[in-house]
Amino acid sequence: MSEHKKIVIIGATSAIATHAARIWAQRGRAEFVLLGRDASRLNRVAEDLKARGAQNSAQTLVMNFTDPEEIQRVVKQVVSDRAADIVLIAHGSLGDQQRAQRDLAYAQDELMANGVSAVLFAEAFAAALESVGRGTLAVIGSVAGDRGRKSHYVYGAAKGLVTRYVQGLQHRFAGSAIKVVLIKPGPTETPMTAALVANGLKAAPVDEVAQSMIAAIDRGTSEAYVPGKWRVIMMVIRHLPRFVFNKMNI
Amino acid sequence: MKTLSSWGRLTKQSHDVLALAPAIASGSLPLATQPAIPFGMGRSYGDTALNAGGPVWATSNLDSLLQFDTKTGILICEPGVLLRDIQRCGVAQGWMLPVTPGTQMATVGGAIANDVHGKNHHVFGTFGEHVLQIKLLRTDGILITCSPQQNVDYFSATVGGIGLTGVIIEATLQLRKVAGPWLESETIPYGNVEEFFALTRESESDWEYTVSWIDCLAGHGGRGLFMRANHSSESVGPVPAKRVRSFPVVPPVSIVNKLSLRAFNNAYFYLNRAKRGRRLEHYQPFFYPLDNVQHWNRMYGPKGFYQYQCVIPGQYSSAATQAMLDAIARSGQGSFLAVLKTFAERPEVGMLSFPREGATLALDFPNHGAETEKLFQCLDAIVLEAGGRIYLGKDARMPRAVFEAGYPRLVEFLSYRDPGISSEMSRRLMGF
Repeated sequence: MSEHKKIVIIGATSAIATHAARIWAQRGRAEFVLLGRDASRLNRVAEDLKARGAQNSAQTLVMNFTDPEEIQRVVKQVVSDRAADIVLIAHGSLGDQQRAQRDLAYAQDELMANGVSAVLFAEAFAAALESVGRGTLAVIGSVAGDRGRKSHYVYGAAKGLVTRYVQGLQHRFAGSAIKVVLIKPGPTETPMTAALVANGLKAAPVDEVAQSMIAAIDRGTSEAYVPGKWRVIMMVIRHLPRFVFNKMNI
Repeated sequence: MKTLSSWGRLTKQSHDVLALAPAIASGSLPLATQPAIPFGMGRSYGDTALNAGGPVWATSNLDSLLQFDTKTGILICEPGVLLRDIQRCGVAQGWMLPVTPGTQMATVGGAIANDVHGKNHHVFGTFGEHVLQIKLLRTDGILITCSPQQNVDYFSATVGGIGLTGVIIEATLQLRKVAGPWLESETIPYGNVEEFFALTRESESDWEYTVSWIDCLAGHGGRGLFMRANHSSESVGPVPAKRVRSFPVVPPVSIVNKLSLRAFNNAYFYLNRAKRGRRLEHYQPFFYPLDNVQHWNRMYGPKGFYQYQCVIPGQYSSAATQAMLDAIARSGQGSFLAVLKTFAERPEVGMLSFPREGATLALDFPNHGAETEKLFQCLDAIVLEAGGRIYLGKDARMPRAVFEAGYPRLVEFLSYRDPGISSEMSRRLMGF
């Protein structure tokens, strides 16, 4: 990738997105548009990317991630001067399942942030990519979306929504030059999972996850588990008969 | 709780890992009920960054470059940034770290806290000599900005201060200009320690990097391979293989032992002697030959290994090095990973900085318990008598007397310690 790419990242302060952006920044000239919810964290990512390659530019946009009108407007603005080569939808929060069971407003926020919001961004960018007939849209889902489990099913349901949505989008763009990539990370060492990792969860280093994700985006793989072993693990989990699955404490 | 080991893998104890978040710059440290210690990549060999059963502050999320001025080469970054990242982005823009240790997988915070050195000590000194400013967060919430001009005492205590003076939350580094990633290097086999010192004297005026591998079983006859290099202005050169190998498992016993060591050393000597002469080399294999094999520290088996690194003042360096090599050869312990190099006379930046004028010998030893400790006591005696010191970043066992004799500014250092910080090493060597 030596030519100048325009890369738009939604949720640019998420650890996987930040690490992916660093890899892109080191590959060659890149024009980043970083969307996030927290201005100071977003600026920190932008400065980091510029430091990693003098030819890089990084524009930041702070916005509300759940307002459809704002999403529509921002996406139009982002692609107004130049079409995006790569769009990465990376935002999300691994919420507190217990709290979601008690507090419906919280459950709704989690479903919005992890599911509906990603779909709205993807839909807005799908229209933009379609108008130029090319580009790659990558969406970060999760292995949690493959089968509902008691430990994280609200999060899992939102990610499951993203999975079905992306399948539909892939069907829509089949045979075109537009690639839609669904990334399903397994547990990753990020600030989002810090508490779980501290309690002994085995998680993959975020740098490795970002590298595998970029390899999948480069190839235009329709569905990539990162690290790859999760494809096998989740295939087993998806196919476990219910009487076995229900006995598992996962 | 999470199990943490340092690079020597001598202990595997659980720690309460408190991840520092970027917002730390405007706040205070996560409260710990007991004293904690900063933990980066765990590349120090001994117990500097361990705190068994207690908390550590993990700096891995503080990994942003904050500002890089490509005109002046001044980089401001967070402490969890890997040296690898600085080299990678720097070299593409004409800059590199002036001083780098033998692994690029260490963090900036760790490099400062251990005041690390490289193969070019006689030209650029230690890492700390290129630190322009440190922002140090103390456990009482006070942020101290220190530099060679401002709060000089805190600066001098923090550089080489093994994390005990506060948490470094930001560092400003001066990089050095380079034409590209390539080095003009030369390998020269030598037959004894005297030849090594002669080669060093002859090379220091014309070569920026000098280092040598030494066969620890050869005794004071000490054959080895002397390597020297300069930055090259070539714009094209060999590119290192992308593939990184990994030592996949921990073998049930160390694969480095009395039987294999002689074979390893012979193989290493003859394979590399075949490569003698000059060549153009990428900085990665020259600076970081071991980084290409991830988890190489597993080869010493489940009991782990020690690295013994000492420096002997110049006037005694030849005699003391020979005496140590004799003791090691007699014991039959050691590893093929053995390094001999010299340090030049330069002002010591940190109160507890390791490098001083003289010769430094660094050797790995598979952990054989009492047998290994017995050898170390022989080596300690030689170091003590010659007025040398042992490197804190490598140590896991030196007696307090050896520490106190080697670091005369210890008492001065103690008054800058943060009372909310403590490590295995600080308790072992300083009592708290």
